[in-house]
Amino acid sequence: MISLQELDTIGEIPQEEYVLKCTSACAGCSDSLALRYVLKAAGPDTVLVVPACCTSVIQGIYPNTAFNIPVYNIAFAAAAACASGMSNAFRATGKKTNVIVYAGDGGTLDIGIQSMSGAFERGTDFLYICYDNEAYGNTGMQRSGATPMGARTTTTPTGKIDAKKDIDAIIAAHNPPYMATAAAAYPQDLFKKVQKALTFRGPSFIHVLAPCPPGWRFSTEKTVEIGKLAVKSGMWILYEREFGKLTINPQSKAAMKRPVPLEEYLAPQGRFKGIDAKTFETLRQHLVKNIKKLSAEEAEE
Amino acid sequence: MKKIATGNKAVAEAVKQIQPAVIAAYPITPQTEIVEQIAEFVSSGELKSRYIPVESEHSAMAACIGASITGVRTFTATSSHGLLYMHEMTNWAAGARLPVVMANVNRSIGPGWNIWAEHTDAMQERDTGWLQVYVSTVQEAYDTTLMAFRIAEHNDVLLPVMVNLDGFSLSHIMQPLDTVETGDFLPPMYLPHAIDPKNPAGYGGLTGPEQHFKFRWDIERSMRDSVKIIDETEKDFANRFGRKYGFTEDYQCDDADVVIVSMGTLGKEAEVAIDMLRREGVRAGSMRLRWLRPFPKLNLKGKEIVVIDRDYSFGFGGVLAKSIQAQQKTDVFSVIAGLGGQEVTYEDIADFIRKRRIGEEFWFGVNDHV
Repeated sequence: MISLQELDTIGEIPQEEYVLKCTSACAGCSDSLALRYVLKAAGPDTVLVVPACCTSVIQGIYPNTAFNIPVYNIAFAAAAACASGMSNAFRATGKKTNVIVYAGDGGTLDIGIQSMSGAFERGTDFLYICYDNEAYGNTGMQRSGATPMGARTTTTPTGKIDAKKDIDAIIAAHNPPYMATAAAAYPQDLFKKVQKALTFRGPSFIHVLAPCPPGWRFSTEKTVEIGKLAVKSGMWILYEREFGKLTINPQSKAAMKRPVPLEEYLAPQGRFKGIDAKTFETLRQHLVKNIKKLSAEEAEE
Repeated sequence: MKKIATGNKAVAEAVKQIQPAVIAAYPITPQTEIVEQIAEFVSSGELKSRYIPVESEHSAMAACIGASITGVRTFTATSSHGLLYMHEMTNWAAGARLPVVMANVNRSIGPGWNIWAEHTDAMQERDTGWLQVYVSTVQEAYDTTLMAFRIAEHNDVLLPVMVNLDGFSLSHIMQPLDTVETGDFLPPMYLPHAIDPKNPAGYGGLTGPEQHFKFRWDIERSMRDSVKIIDETEKDFANRFGRKYGFTEDYQCDDADVVIVSMGTLGKEAEVAIDMLRREGVRAGSMRLRWLRPFPKLNLKGKEIVVIDRDYSFGFGGVLAKSIQAQQKTDVFSVIAGLGGQEVTYEDIADFIRKRRIGEEFWFGVNDHV
């Protein structure tokens, strides 16, 4: 068993900051919030590989950088492949440096899926983190494979017709030693999961829900609240899979038993404004189905 | 050590001699034998590299980039569609100033599927900031791959190098090969901007117009500086191992009235044509261009010029012919020949010279007669 540092309070998370002040992130940004805890968990012997996404923008303009850690920016489709070369080079020279891909949902579910699948299949020793704001945020909120049904984006002005792609099922099919979901609204949980992921040799994956105030159209002080509502409504389920064994977080277990109504999660978000009853019902059914599927999987074990 | 090898095998032998830390490659005809041979060397332990069997060429170059930025040697090989598929990343490797070395087995581009020799693949990469060299024999493929690492890694260059060899007509041809021990011919690699977690830095982030402009100029400055480094490296190679190449391989050019310029295996074929023409009393010479980038200053003053292009820039002309025409400020006879592996014999080449029409363009096998 992997022993984990027990973290009862957020005060026990290291004081070191790797995401410094003066990022160009929007107010209430989940990307920088999540990254702050990811890097605290990973520590200084880490290289971040970043494809085109909000993170390539918020780190600042050359010659400045707001991240106190080496960041290698790479083309959109290439993050996992680049990390795969980097990890092999570090291991070939006896270095234990963590190689972490920090990519958005576009770079993960869509344009980057091929290189990511290849890197997982080859057993690359790295951690792949997808921070998911459910659209192409960097270019101004166009739909992505991660956009939920009914959500309006600039390329789905009347709401997305197709359902969100289940990237976690795709990752699970690669049988990585460790994979998890997390949310920027639960930083302690994210911190623990990153620390744990980095103890495994081989590929690990963390899928982080990252609510986006301008993209989802809610006011900036509500980022954490919306993230918590995603979990409490059962729309986002926090869990981890260690060598295939599923463990659902207590917060999500409670939510799965008595979810807050989906309306409470959708109502504060402008992107769901005017969602029709049929789409809403389909979304709700997806949610129920997903809860059943994960509960059954956990019960089986 | 003397052996017999194909062009592909010679490249793999050179890689074995260099022992890069990381190799990432994806197989494609007619490069496949390079990948297979490398995999065999790795599994037998003769090659200590980490070999990453990536799922695409785009990932092959991305993996080389990720490895190279840590300061280690990297190698990949590709051809044709594979090269075009990695085009985004070839630009990245040059822009990131990484001394990746790649063998490209020249092959045509579809549709339709054609696996034979043509230079269009590499020509489409000529503005990416890669140094490009074209070889004509198995021995030259080996020697040039060795030299490529030293040139790429020289701190006055720090640009990737592409070694081009013609598909099948060189990649699959058996010729004698003399392998060498490189010893201190190749100094340890030092990458001044290698990633170091103790000295964190951002790489390739947002860059404004003024800074971007400077980075572009810096690539060109190094490209210009590479002329001297190529020259030094080739001379040192000749001193140590006895084989001399240069920017061009000139054959009977000094007293020639007419010179035919070409690249790759056609350049060797041209030498036979020159012997034939000389016997007929025609004072002809052959200049085989090795380095396309940096493009060397060619010594063709006072000669009539015939150029063979195994490529074409649609709506413009043969890339080599147009480049030479511009540099020499004179008209040439532009022959487009050998596309898609079309057979071009030394007799055909002799005919291009005999029946030259300076100022015109001729598509061999399409127009009826020269």
